[in-house]
Amino acid sequence: MSLDKDTVRKIANLARLEVRDDELNHLAGELSNILQFVEQLAEVNTDGVAPMTSVAHMELPRRADEVTDGGYPDKVLANAPERNDGFFLVPKVVE
Amino acid sequence: MSYVIQGETGDWELVIGLEVHAQITSKSKLFSGSATDFGAEPNTQVSLVDAAMPGMLPVINEHCIEQAVRTGLGLKAKINLTSVFARKNYFYADLPQGYQISQYEYPVVGEGEVILDMPDGSTRTVGIERLHMEQDAGKSLHDQHPSKSFIDLNRSGVALMEIVSKPDMRSPEEAAAYVTKLRSILRYLGTCDGNMAEGSMRCDVNVSVRKAGEPYRTRAEIKNVNSIRFVSQAIDYEARRQIDVYEEGGEVVQETRLFDAAKGETRSMRSKEHAHDYRYFPDPDLLPLNLTQDYVEAIKAGLPELPDEKKARFIGDYQLSPYDAGLLVAEQATADFFETVAKGRDPKLACNWVMGDFAAAMNRLGRTIEDPPVSAANLGGLIDLIADNTISGRIAKEVFELMVETGKAPADIVAEKGLKQVTDTGAIESSIDAVLAANADKVAEYRGGKDKLFGFFVGQVMKATAGKANPAMLNDILKKKLS
Repeated sequence: MSLDKDTVRKIANLARLEVRDDELNHLAGELSNILQFVEQLAEVNTDGVAPMTSVAHMELPRRADEVTDGGYPDKVLANAPERNDGFFLVPKVVE
Repeated sequence: MSYVIQGETGDWELVIGLEVHAQITSKSKLFSGSATDFGAEPNTQVSLVDAAMPGMLPVINEHCIEQAVRTGLGLKAKINLTSVFARKNYFYADLPQGYQISQYEYPVVGEGEVILDMPDGSTRTVGIERLHMEQDAGKSLHDQHPSKSFIDLNRSGVALMEIVSKPDMRSPEEAAAYVTKLRSILRYLGTCDGNMAEGSMRCDVNVSVRKAGEPYRTRAEIKNVNSIRFVSQAIDYEARRQIDVYEEGGEVVQETRLFDAAKGETRSMRSKEHAHDYRYFPDPDLLPLNLTQDYVEAIKAGLPELPDEKKARFIGDYQLSPYDAGLLVAEQATADFFETVAKGRDPKLACNWVMGDFAAAMNRLGRTIEDPPVSAANLGGLIDLIADNTISGRIAKEVFELMVETGKAPADIVAEKGLKQVTDTGAIESSIDAVLAANADKVAEYRGGKDKLFGFFVGQVMKATAGKANPAMLNDILKKKLS
């Protein structure tokens, strides 16, 4: 499978990455190479083999329903470029 | 008869499906140990996991799993012993991870059903497509500042159940009945408090219209409708809008719309340059969720009596109409209150009092069934006084109002105010004699054929006895005296 410029532009947009037009061809080539590399796996017959979801031989760890965290708004907001009254401030987003 | 909207080109049928987001009742969040209380100061219930700080890992809350399974069982649904968490990717200011942890291909709960109780007493079944667990996002306030949005992440990571119906509803009324019933079931199960005003339950409504016999046409999705009344209003508006579009020769486009409650209309959300592409994939931070059949059975064994079963029992044991039974079981607390009042008494009379004067007083005073204007024991006591002829039904209404005012027991009020019914034949007779003697002219008119005056005499005697004459005895004796 190979990717064209438009697909790369769309993927970049979905990932909120700014990519210049003159970079698109190069990136399309690189991404296509990655896909082709992974596609080699398709040569292996996996009929009747259950998908391996993890290499960890363990069950999903669970925790009890107790309040053990939170209560430190200053820490949460410490990296906020802008804050006011305990809120994060971001450029206005209205749908 | 099925519901249709008449257009210029004929009758249109509605096709409605709902996605309900219900907040799972839990102390802490789905994947972190921060609190879930409503109305806390901004960003005080946020852990570094909820804020999506680098390196933080989600650990699932076992109680939330149990709540989701319990809900699935309450919806008579298939429980999937293996389910998988997936990332739903999108960017928004109140979603710090850049993705929502949800379930996509493999939800924890599969197909089930909800039985609707329609206002006319009939029932309808609506299919459930699936139920999955997911994280809530934070809250954005857009009206605090001219050029900034304010973000509060307290809700970020709170556990939600998304409950998806099949497109089985055909009228705004059915959609309202569905949300009402679903809310009732969730509250019985204790898995969601159903508080729509606080956002614990939100609906996305899918609406399309079609001519009878056609396959489905294009649907529009109305997002985040937050009251049952608005669900009906939004559907009605949206269906009529789509009919107008078709009848003017246009095509309905698949899109997301907002319901503006103030204007009672739906509006297209600014269409995005690119359609949503969530690029779901299994969340590498979370292993598949495996449950055992024993685990599911244990939860099943602990389920409470649910509204449908309770309704059937009320109809069977108390001989109530399906309509009355449906109203009584809608809230578990109301059903419990009724059962306390009805125990050992005439259930129909108990039902009439609970749904009548009691409900009216509760509404008038803004009280709730948990904080009732009259206790169930006292209301039962009042019914006992009617049953043993101590007071008439009419005086009972008076006593009831005094109970509401004073909080006293009905027997005490009757004794204090001397409201005990007069059942002494002699006393009633002498009152009647006095009234007839004082109104000789009317007696003559009555005997001359003016039957309507009977009511007048009854009124006069009641007035003379301060309403305490036993009405049945009064009627009997008066009839004899006048004949």
